[in-house]
Amino acid sequence: MKKITKQTYLDWYKDMLFWRKFEDKLASVYIQQKVRGFLHLYNGQEAILAGALHAMDLSKDKMITAYRNHVQPIGMGEDPKKVMAELYGKATGTSKGMGGSMHIFSKEFGFYGGHGIVGGQIPLGAGIAFGDKYKGSDGVTLTCFGDGAARQGSLHEAFNMAMLWKLPVIFIVENNGYAMGTSVERTANHQDIWKLGLGYEMPCGPVDAMNPIKVAEAVDEAIQRARRGDGPTFLEMKTYRYRGHSMSDAQHYRTKDEVEEYRKIDPITQVLDIIKEKNYATEDEIDAINKEVKRMVKECEKFAEESPYPETQQLYDMVYEQEDYPFIS
Amino acid sequence: MPSCYPAPNIDVIPKKHLRHFFIKNINSQKELTMLSTSMSTCRRRFHLCKISISSVALHKHNDYDKNLQNTKGAFASAPDEPDIDAFLPRTNMNLVTSINQTLFRILEKNSSAILFGQDIAFGGVFRCTTNLQSKFGKNRVFNTPLNETGIIGMAVGYASTGSLAIAEIQFADYVFPAFDQIKNEASMFRYRSGNQWDCGKMIVRMPYGAVGHGGHYHSQSPEAFFTHIPGIIVVVPRGPIQAKGLLLSASISNDPVVFFEPKALYRSKIDDVPDEDYYIPIGKAEIMNEGTDVTVVGWGRQLQVLEKACELAQKNHGISCELIDLRTLAPWDVDTIEASVRKTGKLLVSHESPVTGGVGGEIACAVQERCFLSLEAPIARVCGYDMPFPLIKEKEYLPDEWKNLEAIKSLMEFSK
Repeated sequence: MKKITKQTYLDWYKDMLFWRKFEDKLASVYIQQKVRGFLHLYNGQEAILAGALHAMDLSKDKMITAYRNHVQPIGMGEDPKKVMAELYGKATGTSKGMGGSMHIFSKEFGFYGGHGIVGGQIPLGAGIAFGDKYKGSDGVTLTCFGDGAARQGSLHEAFNMAMLWKLPVIFIVENNGYAMGTSVERTANHQDIWKLGLGYEMPCGPVDAMNPIKVAEAVDEAIQRARRGDGPTFLEMKTYRYRGHSMSDAQHYRTKDEVEEYRKIDPITQVLDIIKEKNYATEDEIDAINKEVKRMVKECEKFAEESPYPETQQLYDMVYEQEDYPFIS
Repeated sequence: MPSCYPAPNIDVIPKKHLRHFFIKNINSQKELTMLSTSMSTCRRRFHLCKISISSVALHKHNDYDKNLQNTKGAFASAPDEPDIDAFLPRTNMNLVTSINQTLFRILEKNSSAILFGQDIAFGGVFRCTTNLQSKFGKNRVFNTPLNETGIIGMAVGYASTGSLAIAEIQFADYVFPAFDQIKNEASMFRYRSGNQWDCGKMIVRMPYGAVGHGGHYHSQSPEAFFTHIPGIIVVVPRGPIQAKGLLLSASISNDPVVFFEPKALYRSKIDDVPDEDYYIPIGKAEIMNEGTDVTVVGWGRQLQVLEKACELAQKNHGISCELIDLRTLAPWDVDTIEASVRKTGKLLVSHESPVTGGVGGEIACAVQERCFLSLEAPIARVCGYDMPFPLIKEKEYLPDEWKNLEAIKSLMEFSK
């Protein structure tokens, strides 16, 4: 893993702040009905992505996740303007406006989406890793899902196959405490989701996911294991989401005080504290970063607003590869 | 007749019960024998608490055996249709409240009934299950983890003990992990055990259909996958009144029921629902508006669209449409549709799900089999296109009232 230096912290601060502001901007345009469909925001969970990206080798490693997926492709290199355009449903979006918020894909940067069905993407991740192993590349696949998805049968099927065939996959459960409205306490008789790996003798463990350093270390160890050919790892990222499950979530299942408590360990604040404590940047430099982030978000919004909607004909064009099957009327 | 279904002893059935049969003039012992054997089959299919059957399809053809092979569509039998319009007092409410109150009634009447699904304890994502946990307790109304296979599998098992299991799938789009449990377990439970066991007391409720901004995974209408399964019942209410009647019928049914709720109508469809309990017969369609020129068939939310289309046809073109709510998609009421088509000579079926392989195709084929010579125009289907449910082009995709109006006009043109 690359060493964690002063520049790392500054990059983490800028990236995480940008992701946070990006999500906040999406929330505000969603209320204006410019973004349709459903919107699931990543606020509070940024450290997982920041740490994981630091440990990954983006030239060969891949990621697949569920529907809280706006910032992962941006972190992996995709143009944030195209991601925002996709959310607006415009033709310049990553999926040409076909998918929307829950289905961001980026073939160029190795981001496999963007999946609506809970737990549906877990065996997919194992399959992508199988492809890597089969072709002899030492790329690794990070398969992310939520604490709700941990209750799906597809998880066990994927775990079993991954251990059996020693697939280079890292299973990451982003445990933010709530499966939409149901807390983890109410979905199982124990709260340590990482223990699900024990039954498969998979290396597994919890990670403090509000701290990007801890995340980077854990993911790095898992990546090295996978690259060596020693098979999968299961990491439970203990995190928290500050916003609701989606924009239509009234959040009756938790108190405002609880959210306030967790705001004290906000990953962005943690990184900023380290920067200030070790004098990695002056107040002016931090200010400059904040302004830059604001400008970038505005640029994305402008691009998305000004892009055109897709043509209706496009609906028919991407069902199959061959375009002239008789029954597509 | 399969030998596992023994014919009842003719002498045991009192002749007075035959009054309920639609067949008049039973003159010979032979006719009586044939009738009794078909009764056994019917009794097994539907939730008949009495021996009475209100109609048996074999009066249409003389070839009795051929009818028995024509399984799902051929039987339209049920308890009598309640005269809902006469019931008083009534309360004005929307679909959510109607379902909520009906679930309350079911849990009250049947002490073995349990209700479970994801996030239903606080009321569910659509608030259909509000206050049920506080009224009936955590033992009977509870949340499940996020595992559809487990939810339905458990429902099948619980129902097989003779208890009533009401499982909620949060959106119909998510039912597919559970599809195996419905297809390979629930629907075959009775058949494979030679009628020893059944998992009849099971209702799977799920919101379906387009809602304006649902995208790929919150808008699907998967009814066609389920109508292809022999052994289950598929019902779709079009509003609060039908929802109460159909849900109560489902709760006394001895066959597993898949209950699709049109989510777009949850808050917007408001009716005066009778306070007392009433049971809408399963397997029977309802003629909403009588007409003479075109038969228009739909179910659930699509009927709102079709009503508008029929109105436009009447107002602007003087076309009189007979609008039929199928209500039960499996087994479906082919008799009512056939009778209507014999009258009008033209048929239009409309649904949101893609046209290829949809329920419209089944209806069209069965109708032309039965009354081909009555048809004056090819049967029209106005449905969704063959593609995944789109995100922003939803308006273009949906079979709206204008597409249906065009189809109605074309039918009239053709038949001239």
